[in-house]
Amino acid sequence: MKIKVRRYHPHFAPPTIEMEYDIPQDVTLLQALSHIKRHIDRTLTFSFMCRSGVCGSCAMRVNGKEVLACEYKVQENDIIEPLQFTPTLRDLVSDKKSALETLERSKAYPLNMEEVELEQADIAFLQRQSDCILCSSCYSSCPVYEVNEAFLGPFALTRVYRYVCDKREQKKKEHIDAIVENGIWDCTLCGNCTEVCPQGIDPKNDILMLQSWAAKFGYTNPHMGSFGSFGLEF
Amino acid sequence: MKCDVVIVGSGGAGLVAAIRAAELGKDVVVVSKGYPTEAQTSMAQGGINAASTQQDIQQHIEDTLRSGQGLADPEVVEFVCTQAPKAIKWLDSIGVPFDRDDKEIARRKLGGASNPRACYAQDYTGLKILHTLYDNALKLGVRFVHEHFLLNIISEDNRAYGVTLLDKRSTQVKQLLSRAVILATGGFAKIYGPFSTNGEGSFGEGIAAAMRAGAKLSDLEFVQFHPTALAKSAILISEAARGLGAKIVNQKGEQFIDELATRDKISRAIYEQLAIGNEVFLDMREIGEEIIQRELPQERKLAMIYENVDPAKELLPIKPAAHYTMGGIDTESNGGTNIAGFFAVGECANVKLHGANRLGGNSLLELVVMGKRVGESAAAVSLEIEEKNFERTLIDSNFIKAVFTLPNSIDFMERKEFLQKVLFHNAGIVREELALKGVLSVIRQHQKELAFMGIKDKSPLYNTELIAFLEYGNMVELTEAMVVGAVQRNESRGAHYRKDHPKTKEEYHAHTFIWKEDGVLCADFVKQNITKN
Ligand SMILES: Cc1cc2nc3c(=O)[nH]c(=O)nc-3n(C[C@H](O)[C@H](O)[C@H](O)COP(=O)(O)OP(=O)(O)OC[C@H]3O[C@@H](n4cnc5c(N)ncnc54)[C@H](O)[C@@H]3O)c2cc1C
Ligand code: SF4
Ligand code: SF4
Ligand code: FES
Repeated sequence: MKIKVRRYHPHFAPPTIEMEYDIPQDVTLLQALSHIKRHIDRTLTFSFMCRSGVCGSCAMRVNGKEVLACEYKVQENDIIEPLQFTPTLRDLVSDKKSALETLERSKAYPLNMEEVELEQADIAFLQRQSDCILCSSCYSSCPVYEVNEAFLGPFALTRVYRYVCDKREQKKKEHIDAIVENGIWDCTLCGNCTEVCPQGIDPKNDILMLQSWAAKFGYTNPHMGSFGSFGLEF
Repeated sequence: MKCDVVIVGSGGAGLVAAIRAAELGKDVVVVSKGYPTEAQTSMAQGGINAASTQQDIQQHIEDTLRSGQGLADPEVVEFVCTQAPKAIKWLDSIGVPFDRDDKEIARRKLGGASNPRACYAQDYTGLKILHTLYDNALKLGVRFVHEHFLLNIISEDNRAYGVTLLDKRSTQVKQLLSRAVILATGGFAKIYGPFSTNGEGSFGEGIAAAMRAGAKLSDLEFVQFHPTALAKSAILISEAARGLGAKIVNQKGEQFIDELATRDKISRAIYEQLAIGNEVFLDMREIGEEIIQRELPQERKLAMIYENVDPAKELLPIKPAAHYTMGGIDTESNGGTNIAGFFAVGECANVKLHGANRLGGNSLLELVVMGKRVGESAAAVSLEIEEKNFERTLIDSNFIKAVFTLPNSIDFMERKEFLQKVLFHNAGIVREELALKGVLSVIRQHQKELAFMGIKDKSPLYNTELIAFLEYGNMVELTEAMVVGAVQRNESRGAHYRKDHPKTKEEYHAHTFIWKEDGVLCADFVKQNITKN
């Protein structure tokens, strides 16, 4: 079986090339890449750790769509590429630094938690959001990054929502204050992030929920500012 | 770069220590070889132990001591089990979404426990604890240095001054100086390669670096094997499957072991079946699809991906695999080592909570209780550090340059795979003197050959072959120490099973200590206090 891998090394000319490799049948993409590295080409560069879909280190794109290499079964003629909207360091390894910085910028951490009695229903409410493995698949799928690199992005906003809907969290408004700029109103609600998330998380919906929380705190969608007049003159 | 406390390792142990030291006002830097949440702690599913009643605290202590087979330190066990309820409360207070049962945190029963006391968050317990800790560390302004590989501990005159690191992105060697150094680099069960449930990365470089710096290691020969890992990938199928009624059978449909026996007994029974050419399976069919999907969705998914088997409908091929290393850097009960300013915590350390065998759910607990304590110990270190270039940094920098010029006439990846196989079959679940000595000579041969190995990839950018080679070098060094421990211990105790000495012997009611003096491996036994003083 053959697959193509987009290789990148900034010191080479050209820095980007596509290479074809022969790999065994019926393997995960991670197994295929490991096979290439072990037996065909030691310079092929990619990241992984857990091989079981929980560490978040092996996200990449196959035929234009984000997958975890350790969970994806390779198909004939697949084209393998690194994530988008994050600089590629080498081959399939991306620099996730700026993606991870969205967590701090959006204050995606507990601000002030108090002891509150919780029931299973309260936990179930934030169960999905807290399944996030920070793989950056959603970030790479998000079209907003084509135009606005300051966007806080799907996984950071999902994480903010996870704390906003946690009963123990007291400072909900401060969370919302941190995500109105370059955040919830900039999402186009295209749903790409939801489609690619390996953990079945729905950042798009979480962003919608955050928008209604924001409305509760008196924020309005700035892009809807001229709504009603439609710029028409009478 | 300079800071108060440098912590190598961003798993549960490293992050709890970081949070505690930061709360105490210290400037903390956490180093990891990947990104912070890519630590093995993310893989823990089962749960974290904490008694919910005063009476169960006592039983938790007893269960832990029993499992430790005389090598758990009663004082440490009492401290950790008594602190456990507070540890859970703290995790809850910082946001960990533990499952609830009515209004209480839910608890399930793991193997070896006399009561249900493992708190959990579905089958993502480790993942959720790790990510919540990370969020809290970010909030406290802990600094993260990711994709930096630990080379050595900078130590002079029996005092630590920091660490040397290889920046994976540039292959530059850097020094990071600090008043206190904490290693939280995890265990080394991945030295068994495809016969281990662990993630790629648990080769024990931190423990090997500690040994090079003059630290004492203890009880390395105690490696816990888990009986039910997927046959092809060694991915863990948790004990919960057997709890729900899964059976263990061979290809003839024979049940050859009681599924509820201890991990070491079941592992050995399966190992023996495989050794005589049988195949072994987990039969989950009677549990029913609905329950499997609800309780074990992760496992079902992974079985379908890696074995092409739907465990709800077919027999699932399994094998035992190395899961957890009880031994490590020997520490006092405050996490301190025999080197001033140098601490260790988590799976890389041996504070003697688990003794000869770990109880499921006690490891995550150790990370939290001991992580906090070690964070405090490290924060209390006062020392003016002078910013100078240490010789260690220069040596390491030259070493890395030299690796690029090694002849590469022997393929280290091929050697590594060979050694992993040899280890599993001769220094794994069942051991005996002659075979262990054979392993030692293989290891020593590999040590000599290291100078003829090397790397094919000569790029200074994100060179993952270089990292794998460094891991292998450390693995060879540490494995020698482990096997020496296994050779010396002429008895069977806990996870260490010697076919030629199947009984537990009073004369070995002692910890194995191993260290290096001028590059020479030294070993000794030190008696364990049986009673509290
Ligand atoms: C599949 C599986 C399931 C488990 N389930 C449970 C369970 O249910 N309950 C339980 O109590 N225990 C469980 N365990 C055991 C438990 O998960 C581990 O013992 C624990 O997570 C170890 O945590 P740690 O903080 O010591 O290290 P780890 O989480 O392993 O973290 C090690 C850190 O050190 C860093 N590091 C390592 N080497 C270097 C280096 N050379 N340079 C720089 N950084 C380095 C890594 O990047 C990482 O950040 C399980 C283990 C496995 C494998
Ligand atoms: S729904 Fe919003 S956050 Fe998600 S990919 Fe589309 S634009 Fe980005
Ligand atoms: S939300 Fe999903 S896709 Fe995005 S980082 Fe988390 S796990 Fe990955
Ligand atoms: S290797 Fe951990 S998610 Fe794929």
